[in-house]
Amino acid sequence: MDTKEKLKEIINSNDVCLFMKGVPEAPQCGFSMSVSNILKHLNINFKGINVLEDESIRMGIKEYSDWPTIPQLYIKGEFVGGCDIVKEMFEKGELKSLLIDKNLI
Amino acid sequence: MALSIEEIKKLITSSIPDATIEIKDLVGDNNHYSAKITSQIFNGKSKIEQHKLVYKSLQGKMGNELHALSITTEGK
Repeated sequence: MDTKEKLKEIINSNDVCLFMKGVPEAPQCGFSMSVSNILKHLNINFKGINVLEDESIRMGIKEYSDWPTIPQLYIKGEFVGGCDIVKEMFEKGELKSLLIDKNLI
Repeated sequence: MALSIEEIKKLITSSIPDATIEIKDLVGDNNHYSAKITSQIFNGKSKIEQHKLVYKSLQGKMGNELHALSITTEGK
């Protein structure tokens, strides 16, 4: 399976996935930690994918999303954004609304 | 290699000429910045598209020389 197929598979088989540096229990970058904490705060079950474990995933997801930074959040197959956007959406209550819309809360 | 505030501003302005840009060096290390960018080109675009325009203006430096730039965008 090539990287793109692998990414598609991960994104489509998990309602909420976070491509991050480190794991949800031990993030290795402040930005990844912020998003991970927001999801935990909202009591959302999510799949954390540690990009530091696989260079092909790390490079591949940047290309797949056309987004140069990690973390990257996907909800129900859709790219939601990186740390800044997720934080802003959380502060405005938009992230919660999105999760409610998608029947995840 | 880190980028200075002036260099970041120059890059953004070269592709978004009407941009109003406020940049803060968050910890004083020339490596962790936050930028607030306002421009008419953001009008009617999603946040993802707005941030992509900023990333594009940084010509591939984001995620490389530029590790930490948190971005807030707004139309005007």
